[in-house]
Amino acid sequence: MTTIATTRAPEDPGAPHAGSAAPERTEPQRLRRSRLAAGRRRTALLWALLLAGPNIALLLVFVYRPLVESLYLSTLQWNLGSPTARFVGLGNYVEWFTAPTTGRIVLTTLVFTVATVGGAMVLGLGLALLLNRRLRGRGIARTVAFAPYVLGGFAVGILWLFMFDPRYGLIQELLGWVGIASPQWYTGRPWPLVMVIVVYLWKNLGYVALIYLAGLQAVPQDLKDAAALDGASAARTLRSVVLPLLTPTTFFLLVTMLLSSLQSFDTIKAMTQGGPLGSTTTLMYSIYVESFVNGRAGYASAVATILFLVLLAVTAVQLRFVQQKVHYA
Amino acid sequence: MTATTLPQTAGSTAPARRRRPPRLGGYVTMIFATLVLGAPLLWMALASLKAPDELYQVPLQWFPAQPDLDNYAQAAGAIPLGRLLVNSIGLTVVGAGLKVALGLCCAYALVFLDFPFRKVVFGLVIATLMIPPQITIIPNYTLVASLGWLNTYQGILVPGLASAFGTFLFRQHFLTLPRTVLEAAELDGAGHWRKLWRFVVPMSTPTLAAVALVSVVTEWNDYLWPFLVVDDPSKMTLPVGLTLLQNTDGMTNWGVLLAATVVVTLPILLVFLVLQRRLVAGLTAGAVTG
Repeated sequence: MTTIATTRAPEDPGAPHAGSAAPERTEPQRLRRSRLAAGRRRTALLWALLLAGPNIALLLVFVYRPLVESLYLSTLQWNLGSPTARFVGLGNYVEWFTAPTTGRIVLTTLVFTVATVGGAMVLGLGLALLLNRRLRGRGIARTVAFAPYVLGGFAVGILWLFMFDPRYGLIQELLGWVGIASPQWYTGRPWPLVMVIVVYLWKNLGYVALIYLAGLQAVPQDLKDAAALDGASAARTLRSVVLPLLTPTTFFLLVTMLLSSLQSFDTIKAMTQGGPLGSTTTLMYSIYVESFVNGRAGYASAVATILFLVLLAVTAVQLRFVQQKVHYA
Repeated sequence: MTATTLPQTAGSTAPARRRRPPRLGGYVTMIFATLVLGAPLLWMALASLKAPDELYQVPLQWFPAQPDLDNYAQAAGAIPLGRLLVNSIGLTVVGAGLKVALGLCCAYALVFLDFPFRKVVFGLVIATLMIPPQITIIPNYTLVASLGWLNTYQGILVPGLASAFGTFLFRQHFLTLPRTVLEAAELDGAGHWRKLWRFVVPMSTPTLAAVALVSVVTEWNDYLWPFLVVDDPSKMTLPVGLTLLQNTDGMTNWGVLLAATVVVTLPILLVFLVLQRRLVAGLTAGAVTG
């Protein structure tokens, strides 16, 4: 799921050869023209089928068909690969809302989402403010910060698992320098969740910083100069001039990060497999466990639908917000 | 502000003030941040070259005394690392290529062809950006299984081919192209195929590069889908092979596991370092065009 809503498409100017009938033509001329236009329209349709057809067909078969089928599956009691299924209506949804594990999963999802999104936003803005200063070598810093974003979540999880190793990892060593004994990152709650959050922050920080940096560079210098002339401190200028101007960027990032955080899977799979004792099982991870570990595909489809509705709500809020034109200075 | 000609105007005092050396604090913070963010990658690369006794040494040792590729050889012995690399490269190249082609052609039709329900078709493409892959996974898995596509390359590849983001980016770019050029081409008798390849594609190289690079990164890193579809090691991609290695060797042999992790991450890091500007432009597209 990708967000693109802050992008505004220029209104389509329309096809160049949409034949507008010119006035004052003789009957045969008009007939010939309209036959020509009809021929052209047919060729255009053929080409459209040829060029757009494959992509549209793939979207219909592998996105829209499964979307509809998933809604149907969510009303069944059905195990993956089983030839028989039983219709249970909203039974799966009722089960989810009353299941003893649901509260814990929702809480874990909330903690993970708030910590990763909030953390990435705050740290990313800080990094962007730093990189916006004219420091030598900031290009290198930017490259290093962005690099984790292009890496796969699973590989990143493995490499950080070693970083966190309570006996031989780099983190226990660094903690040792300041005299702190390493927590049991793999097993002792709440450390596994903390560990996964840290990794997610590391991976996404550079992206947030880069988007903020673009936003910062669009803030007009004269506004900052004017604030400085009025005797505003750097902190005051940031709070009263820069941050308000960054609102659209902040909102875009908030939504993008929310969507990506709610769907994160690979890193959790690599590091904790949702454990120990389900302490890192988010809503997304529970869908995988229910469908492909427990085989309860019907129930998992219901959970997937719930996640889908949450994501849709986030997107809807964003679309509404974008429509109430955010004003740049 | 037209202060370009007069050096003494207020406009030029501001840059002068800004030119003063930034405080030491800025540099210290930046170097610290770079070290913290870069350390994990460096640590992984170094660890993959260490002998077991160096890995499990307290206090830690940063650099291997005698760096060797023993861990890599062991990883290649435990899982078919070379085969996985070939699989990953092949699937990434073919997958990204097809994705670009599908998006390019679809966007051409949406912008330059007049056909019924064009707006509806565009809406259909755009709406898929709001459908999370998770909700499609179970039905797609059953479909792929019923086609007998489990443990096949097409099973990994085909369900993810449809291009929504690429189509969108191409369309945005095509709308900015000068129509006169294409109309002139049409008057010269160029058909759609020729217009697409001889005129539209050459005018779209930055967008092409951005879409291609983003597709390369997503295909290479894709994990959940290939992990579900494939359990035959000879058909696995690198990230899935990493799971296999993690499950067989576990946390008992960090050097080997990290060597394999280097093999997974290094190619994409190199792509990033070489083509940084274009890749970043693609990955941040949508945010900065507004």
